[in-house]
Amino acid sequence: MTALTVTHLSRTFDVSASWLNRVVERKPRQFLQAVNDISFTVPLGGCLSLVGESGCGKSTVARLVTGLYPPTKGDLRFAPGKKGDALSAQMIFQDPYASLNPRWRVKNIIAEPLRELKLRDTKAEVTERVEELLRIVGLSPTDGAKFPHEFSGGQRQRISIARALASEPEFLVCDEPTSALDVSVQAQILNLMRRLQDELGLTYLFISHDLSVVRHMSNRIAVMYLGRIVEEADTETLFADPKHPYTKLLLQTIPDIANPHRDREVAAGEVPSPLNPPKGCTFHPRCPMAMACCSIEIPQMREIGGTRVACHAV
Amino acid sequence: MISLSLIRKSDLWYSFTRSRSAMVAAIVLAMLILTAIFAPLIAPQNPYDPAQLDMWKSELPPIWDQLGEWPYVLGTDTQGRDMLSAILYGTRISVVIGIASVALSLLVGLSLGLVAGYFGGVVDNLLMRFGDVLLSIPTILIAILVSTVVRQMLPPELRDVGSSAVLVLAITLSGWVQYARTVRAQTIVERSKEYVQAARLLRVPARRIMVRHILPNTLTPIMVAATLNFGMAILTEATLSFLGIGMPPGQPSLGTLIRIGNQFLFSGLWWIVLFPVLQLCLLVVSVNLLGDWLRDALNPKLR
Ligand SMILES: Nc1ncnc2c1ncn2[C@@H]1O[C@H](COP(=O)(O)OP(=O)(O)OP(=O)(O)O)[C@@H](O)[C@H]1O
Ligand code: SF4
Ligand SMILES: [Mg+2]
Repeated sequence: MTALTVTHLSRTFDVSASWLNRVVERKPRQFLQAVNDISFTVPLGGCLSLVGESGCGKSTVARLVTGLYPPTKGDLRFAPGKKGDALSAQMIFQDPYASLNPRWRVKNIIAEPLRELKLRDTKAEVTERVEELLRIVGLSPTDGAKFPHEFSGGQRQRISIARALASEPEFLVCDEPTSALDVSVQAQILNLMRRLQDELGLTYLFISHDLSVVRHMSNRIAVMYLGRIVEEADTETLFADPKHPYTKLLLQTIPDIANPHRDREVAAGEVPSPLNPPKGCTFHPRCPMAMACCSIEIPQMREIGGTRVACHAV
Repeated sequence: MISLSLIRKSDLWYSFTRSRSAMVAAIVLAMLILTAIFAPLIAPQNPYDPAQLDMWKSELPPIWDQLGEWPYVLGTDTQGRDMLSAILYGTRISVVIGIASVALSLLVGLSLGLVAGYFGGVVDNLLMRFGDVLLSIPTILIAILVSTVVRQMLPPELRDVGSSAVLVLAITLSGWVQYARTVRAQTIVERSKEYVQAARLLRVPARRIMVRHILPNTLTPIMVAATLNFGMAILTEATLSFLGIGMPPGQPSLGTLIRIGNQFLFSGLWWIVLFPVLQLCLLVVSVNLLGDWLRDALNPKLR
């Protein structure tokens, strides 16, 4: 059973200067291809993770999936949920500071979905549900009277999770929910999210730039580079047998607790600008295995024993 | 409701108690406004009631002069009108017009700024260019234009009654632009924040997102602008009345009083013009001091 099927999804942003500036400086229009022809499926009740460096288009995928941005091309389809109509996606955002309205009390933030979607009828029922949600995410019911600035980053992320749960979603998009947090707090939030997944039967699309975070969350991992998926495999397969040179590079950069001083290959070069991506395989300027054809021809996605990978050298 | 203890604990109150100029300005302003509101109760005379005017008491100098007479503390004008009463009633008119025009400008400016910032695109361009055009014409010129045109359209018996409304309209016409710009800029910042996206995911209607989520987060700079503009509005009203296109002599505001008094400046009746001028200065300076303090107190970079 799949919860979400994404096919050939693309999103382009118009980043041209204003009309007047273009005319005066004789510049052409400029487009940024943030997401480029990606396809994946998310299993119902499972977790697919998207991994990649900053700027590779992860948040854009999240916003496309939740419907905050319309896709430029391609299609995404949710399976029917428990109530029969298409699954609705809720989102947990990257920045715990910008994701809560600073002027609202926490109880009103969490009650908003209940009121907007009319999930509870009376005031008493709303209050009761808000307190229950606060307890579920490990906060105290009395915290509802406070404002967001009275909480730490980790606690704010708990509030965000409570708000997302309030709308009784079956599908959650988690956009780097822990990247702004301390390592010790990260583990707590990740454990909370895993517990909630088990208890509530949620489906996750989980986004991170950190493979080690993703390892404990996901059934399947898709690696993104400059708007494209370059490799997709089951979690254990990906860690045991990475095929794409970029995946190998990402795995090498994970800090090794057992052997912190091992020699690591430095990630060669910078991420190229998505405004002006390299021709052929966009990874070729940094790739240790690059061949002549890599700078000419875009590698197609192929399936090799359960792994989908796009590379000429595999 | 904001309770009193909450106010006392707030940073703003603390900063207020630390700023001597703000406290003095607040006390002076409170006194000016209170005496203006309660003018009918405390003024010795109703300056609008011709029956209370006494020609024998005209052109009396202030009380500390040898020729001064009780209860005409600040003297009388050429028609025997008590200056103190005229000033209190005049301040009332000035303050009411100031408050009304700030309130109307806020209503127009906040709504248009929110809509322009939230929706962007053509709506934004049209509204903001219209605002630019209005801002490029001096306020006084717009006000003169509006008040002459509107007054011509009103029937003669309504002209006096309608003149305060015309003034409010004229001041609002150029006043809303500043609020609209401030709110628009802040709305564009807030719109892209993730709490707004969270609300959009819940399909909260745009109007409710603007009013309940974004508006409260734009109010800090608006409060400062509104305070400073209250002073500006009073001055604009005074200027228009001084030029003879504001409040009529039958319902004199401070500006009208200054215009009337100006004619007698060189005949030695200095008190007829000096006291209204002083009152106007006191009013505007205390409003501006308060506004300056508010701007600094709410600016996180200056704390
Ligand atoms: N609304 C937008 N308008 C124009 N460009 C955008 C917009 N949103 C994203 N981009 C661009 O698209 C690219 C991908 O952005 P995105 O936020 O999806 O990256 P990301 O993988 O989430 O990065 P990070 O890890 O830093 O969050 C970036 O180059 C970004 O500048
Ligand atoms: S296609 Fe070529 S450049 Fe791209 S990852 Fe494979 S080997 Fe490297
Ligand atoms: Mg992101």
